[in-house]
Amino acid sequence: MSRGDRGWSPWVYVLPALLLLMLFLVLPTIQTIWLSLHGGTGFSPTQYVGLQNYVQLFTRDRFFLSLDEWPPSGAVVNNVLWLLLFTGGTVSLGLLIAVLADRVRYEPLIKAVIFVPMVISATATSVIFRFVYSPDPVIGVVNAALIAIFPNLEPVPWLGRTSLVNIALIGAGIWIWTGLAMTVLSAAYKSLDREVLEAAAVDGASAWQTFWRITLPMMIVPIGVVAVTMVINALKMLDLVLVMTQGGPRNASRTIAFTMFWEVFNNSLAGYGSAVAVVLLILVAPIILLQIRRFRAEEALR
Amino acid sequence: MSVAGAHPRPPFQASARPRARVFGRLGRIVIHVALVGLGIVWLIPSLGLFITSWRPPADIAVSGWWTSLFRPEYTLGNYRQVLTAQGFGRSFVNSLLITVPSTVFPIMLAALAGYAFAWLRFRGRDTLFLIVIALLIVPLEATWVPVLRMFNNPVGYFRLDWVPFLSGIDLRLTGSFLGIWLAHTGYGLPFAIYLLRNFFISLPRELFESAKIDGASNFAIFTRIALPLSVPALASLAIFQFMWVWNDLMNALIFLQDVTKRPLTVSIQALIGSYGAEWHLLAAGAFITMSVPLLVFFALQRYFVRGITAGAIKG
Repeated sequence: MSRGDRGWSPWVYVLPALLLLMLFLVLPTIQTIWLSLHGGTGFSPTQYVGLQNYVQLFTRDRFFLSLDEWPPSGAVVNNVLWLLLFTGGTVSLGLLIAVLADRVRYEPLIKAVIFVPMVISATATSVIFRFVYSPDPVIGVVNAALIAIFPNLEPVPWLGRTSLVNIALIGAGIWIWTGLAMTVLSAAYKSLDREVLEAAAVDGASAWQTFWRITLPMMIVPIGVVAVTMVINALKMLDLVLVMTQGGPRNASRTIAFTMFWEVFNNSLAGYGSAVAVVLLILVAPIILLQIRRFRAEEALR
Repeated sequence: MSVAGAHPRPPFQASARPRARVFGRLGRIVIHVALVGLGIVWLIPSLGLFITSWRPPADIAVSGWWTSLFRPEYTLGNYRQVLTAQGFGRSFVNSLLITVPSTVFPIMLAALAGYAFAWLRFRGRDTLFLIVIALLIVPLEATWVPVLRMFNNPVGYFRLDWVPFLSGIDLRLTGSFLGIWLAHTGYGLPFAIYLLRNFFISLPRELFESAKIDGASNFAIFTRIALPLSVPALASLAIFQFMWVWNDLMNALIFLQDVTKRPLTVSIQALIGSYGAEWHLLAAGAFITMSVPLLVFFALQRYFVRGITAGAIKG
């Protein structure tokens, strides 16, 4: 203990990590913003074009945003669908399972079953759901079940129809992420003051009333935390789309993150793809500010 | 843990009354039906894949996997074919070669940094930590192009062409394990630092102060007090980072453009591209990818739950 390393600057502890953060996150992000103002093909676009990529993206790229006909379409619209349905689905199912499972003896079992998809890669999940959604009724369990109930039904190509593909993909996303919502919300639910809940019951409140008037308001903070996590996931949704549909059929399932990847690595438009990445960055910026505020509030309590 | 068990009811009350009012018999049946139903819906997709992976290809083509529950006829052939002919054996080794260093490096660096952010004083500490929190959420999409350019030509990227001996050597990191280790380390650091800093700062202050008074150096306090006490946090973090890297497709796809170094996720993706309807290969391949995370999960479940509730904002 007397080796005299007390004089080491604390910087020795943080510098290796800061260096890598700088190299892999901070500088590249700044460079991407700069790149997004450049045009041309290839990996090192040099021609400065100002905001032209952004103008193109929002006014002339109908796979990104098309408002010409009703309903609007494109990656932005698909991402709005992801935001609403994926966030709503994971949070409400996670909350439902957390609250209901608390009352049964097989709680650990049901929670493990719901959580398992969280540990599987999005790539494997994509394979799984290509099976599940297959239009071949000896492969696809969804179509097999539908045909068992309605024998005259034609098999539905869930991933092959532009009107269904986003819903099908979001379904797979919900299957993956509900386990996370459930785990966080279950921990929050178990830490609630049981006396309040029991007092409500003794006073004659129904389970329904107790849930809406007491449980839900008491859990609003953890629900918000989970919802923010899911919003981030929805905004960054990429690998599921890439492996399951490659953005198709007819580009109907593109998301913003998918567009970035596709423009850069498939179409060799690094500047244009960077503009898409910057759009993504702008969309998550409010969440970054929110997280920093939340952290400051927590620190003030410490 | 049930509500009834945790809070004994006052005597003289009809035993199940408050519960009975909350949920009547009908209500309890509805709960069971809902939970079991959701459980089945959640189980069926992976169960179907698992069963299909053991069925002969000829059977897969003519009957659903659910029929083989009653007429079981299984084979190892799909696994044999995918591991040898499709090179998944090699990919499995690659996945391990990628994942283990990509788990160890960020945790080592983050433990050092997290300790400093929690217990050492230096100028700009709080601002730097806020930047770490911001970086937690920055989408990797915003970094890929410049990082790939850096990997393709490190000397040019850092404008070091003028250094005479550097221009002669090939320092290309694209397609190398070193490159992907570095990328995963950089990308994993914000979450790792965030989690460990918050864990370290929750340790009792007296511990550190009394060690200081006894003359312990910062480094001794770090290795002999902070690290041993944070084994559970380090374990949770290791499991998360391991899973994240093992399951990663995008970074491997972008930075490891080398067929011989493909991890399992990239091999699966390639298999879908070239054999889109060869279900027996896809099923066996996907299950090989899933096997390691599933084993880790079932063996170390409690660390998982702890890690998740500790830091739920990793993107």
